[in-house]
Amino acid sequence: MLRLLLARLGQAALVMLAVSAVSFGMFRFVGDPVAALSRENATIAEKAELREQLGLDRPVVVQFAGFLSRIVRGDFGISFRNQRPVATLIAERLPATLELVLVATLLSLALGIPLGVLCALKPDRVAARLVQAVSLIGISTPTFVTGIVLILTFAVTLGLLPSFGRGETVQIGPWSTGLLTLSGLKALILPSITLALYQLTLIMRLVRSELIDVLSSDYIRFARARGLSARHIHFTLALRNALMPVITVTGLQIGSLIAFAIVTETVFQWPGMGLLFIQAVSFSDVPVMAAYLLFVGLLFVVINTAVDLLYALVDPRLRVRA
Amino acid sequence: MNRIAVLLAAVSAAALISTTADAKTVRWSAPTDIATLDPFAQTESFTTAMLHHVFDPLVRRGRTMQLEPALATSWKAVKPDTWRFELRKGVKFHNGNAFTADDVVASVTRLLDPGARARGNLSQVIRAEKVDDFTVDLVTKGPYPLLLNDLAGIYIMDKEWMEQTGSLKPGNIATGVSTAASTTAIGTGPFKLESFKPDAGTNMVVNPDWWDKPQHNITRIEFKPIKSDATRVAALLSGELDLIAPAPLQDLARIGANSSFKVIEEPSLRLIFLGLSQRDELKSMPGQKNPLKDLKVRQALWQGIDLDAIQKRVMRGKSQNTGTLVAPPVPGYDKANDTLPGYNADKAKALLTEAGYPNGFKLGLNCPNDRYINDEAICVAVAAMWSRIGVQTDVKTESRATYFPKQDRGEFDSFMLGWATLPPMDGFSVLSALLTAPKDGFGGSNPMGYTNPEIERLTREAAVELDEPKRRAMMVQALKVAKDTIAYIPLHLQPVAWASRQGLDVPQFPDEYVRLWFAQVK
Repeated sequence: MLRLLLARLGQAALVMLAVSAVSFGMFRFVGDPVAALSRENATIAEKAELREQLGLDRPVVVQFAGFLSRIVRGDFGISFRNQRPVATLIAERLPATLELVLVATLLSLALGIPLGVLCALKPDRVAARLVQAVSLIGISTPTFVTGIVLILTFAVTLGLLPSFGRGETVQIGPWSTGLLTLSGLKALILPSITLALYQLTLIMRLVRSELIDVLSSDYIRFARARGLSARHIHFTLALRNALMPVITVTGLQIGSLIAFAIVTETVFQWPGMGLLFIQAVSFSDVPVMAAYLLFVGLLFVVINTAVDLLYALVDPRLRVRA
Repeated sequence: MNRIAVLLAAVSAAALISTTADAKTVRWSAPTDIATLDPFAQTESFTTAMLHHVFDPLVRRGRTMQLEPALATSWKAVKPDTWRFELRKGVKFHNGNAFTADDVVASVTRLLDPGARARGNLSQVIRAEKVDDFTVDLVTKGPYPLLLNDLAGIYIMDKEWMEQTGSLKPGNIATGVSTAASTTAIGTGPFKLESFKPDAGTNMVVNPDWWDKPQHNITRIEFKPIKSDATRVAALLSGELDLIAPAPLQDLARIGANSSFKVIEEPSLRLIFLGLSQRDELKSMPGQKNPLKDLKVRQALWQGIDLDAIQKRVMRGKSQNTGTLVAPPVPGYDKANDTLPGYNADKAKALLTEAGYPNGFKLGLNCPNDRYINDEAICVAVAAMWSRIGVQTDVKTESRATYFPKQDRGEFDSFMLGWATLPPMDGFSVLSALLTAPKDGFGGSNPMGYTNPEIERLTREAAVELDEPKRRAMMVQALKVAKDTIAYIPLHLQPVAWASRQGLDVPQFPDEYVRLWFAQVK
């Protein structure tokens, strides 16, 4: 077990090094912060001075080494654009993104599982067919379209929900939450639906196919033969087994939800990390972009490692093989 | 039933009360957020405009963009390189501290610190000296006619507050210093900062102790940045915002058609033009003589552009075509310079033949696709028009993040640029940055090799000319030479379009600043 843990952590460290190298390398080509930061009338000397201040005049290798050594010390640098520590900027934005992702995940589970069960158990019902058809739309419509359509319907036409922002937030220590105010909750509805839609359809389809699979296996047939109630068979025996892959996928999807909340956050002006990243890209704010990519990389590595280790705990066969 | 009626009455009464209480609030939105609250740590005109609500400069732009006294009441040049400013008495900062000469000296010193990002905005000033509590001298490098223009964008901070918070020196990315001034703002301006949440919102309340007589009736400002155009328009239409500035051009008709809203627009100072490489050879024709060095070719390219078509189709009739390099409100503008050669494809072809290119030539045209209004569409249209007169134009567009560094290095054959002459709002900015050779602090944005001895001379003379009419005449003359030699091909003045709900009157200014201290809420 310890060997497995060490091997996984070693792999994780390598992946992180690769991520940092890729993200750093990429920024050499996404643009020049000097052009974005200097004033319109800037003289050549002014621009050269700024380049020197930002350390962009040094060789790439030296810049990368400096970047790595600072990261290792936990120093993510200072944003070129608003001159505040990047770590603070990310910490400020983290609660907004996490709350959105949390609500979206709960929503997709709460709706996806029952709908999936419905489609598996009563495949011929009109409702089930309707759900199946609608789910195709959900999986194929781009997020920004869904977002705008929701805004036009619920904010502009019906005037029920706010079209942007987080509403009022309450500060609890370093955490700003929108879950405790009415306007905060209302503001969560549209973005979380937009973000959850893809995930929801994914879970629904997964539950459906897994459940159909499980229902045709031997132990279910024997359970039926024993005369157990359909309710007991479906929900206690079958669903439990069908949910195993759903848990894995949901875990992994949380990572991508955080990473790909960018579009939803942009459409709804949700002040989370995705919006921070988008702003940073348009101003070539390298420290912010680098820190964000590292964060997302770390998130995936941590989630994957955790899932691997959990598997090993749950399933002894994997433990032996590893 | 009865209970419901009572409840409804109570709700509507509450709604009524809240609307009257909110009636003087202006909720407005723009696509970007302010970069920082530290006025000397940024050079963005949007952030500068926003901070003007909290801070006052020594001199400011008035209702018609004229320079007028603000924290300074009068000034005169006591020596060619020294200006003396008399300061306003009885002014208080938002924290209650009195405004004195010490604050001016501390602010100017802070701005001149090598770590200050905005240092270039006051590049000709060497130091500030206190004469007495309400008199300050500013010493410049030499005679400098644009000092007042520069000062209109330099905000005065409170010295005692800076001392208390350790922000006497500005934040510096190189040394990793960030100061309290990035997240708090204490000024003398018409509004006090209440809260600042990046990307979520900035709130301000009226400053009842402002030194000036308010021309506005606003009690509160809620600024909410919304990056997505569609969402910003939707939020206005759903009544969550009172003002959006700018409003996306493609939505103006839809907003204007709704009687609860209005669209206000006028040409801005930002002039869009095309630059032409004057180097020995073009990227598209290596090893051959650069055809663009021939004046006839440049004339042909100008005459080959159907400006009216671009104005009508691409800009939806909102832009204003121009034949010179500065906008009408800017000193240096001359009506006689602002003439257009007129679209004439046959004439353009004839000119190309005269110049020895009867079959045209190959030309690269590079443009940003996220910097100016419809930038990409304009370039695609121009490329098609040039191709029609025989110049095979290869148009490439890209994000401003990668475009401007290349433009800066002079990598393009022909390219698009926009210039608003801000912050000084003076034609000198065009001369010193775009039309002069890159040396002695001139030519900062002219890597394309355009030079002209007469413009070089006039620019250097205008730089130190304190007699305003003479200085303007020099600029007019230099801009005439630039036009006659077709240094750049001017296209149009970009429109400023805002949209607001009916009942909110916000005057528009060509520099695109939102100045809510001139706004009236009904």
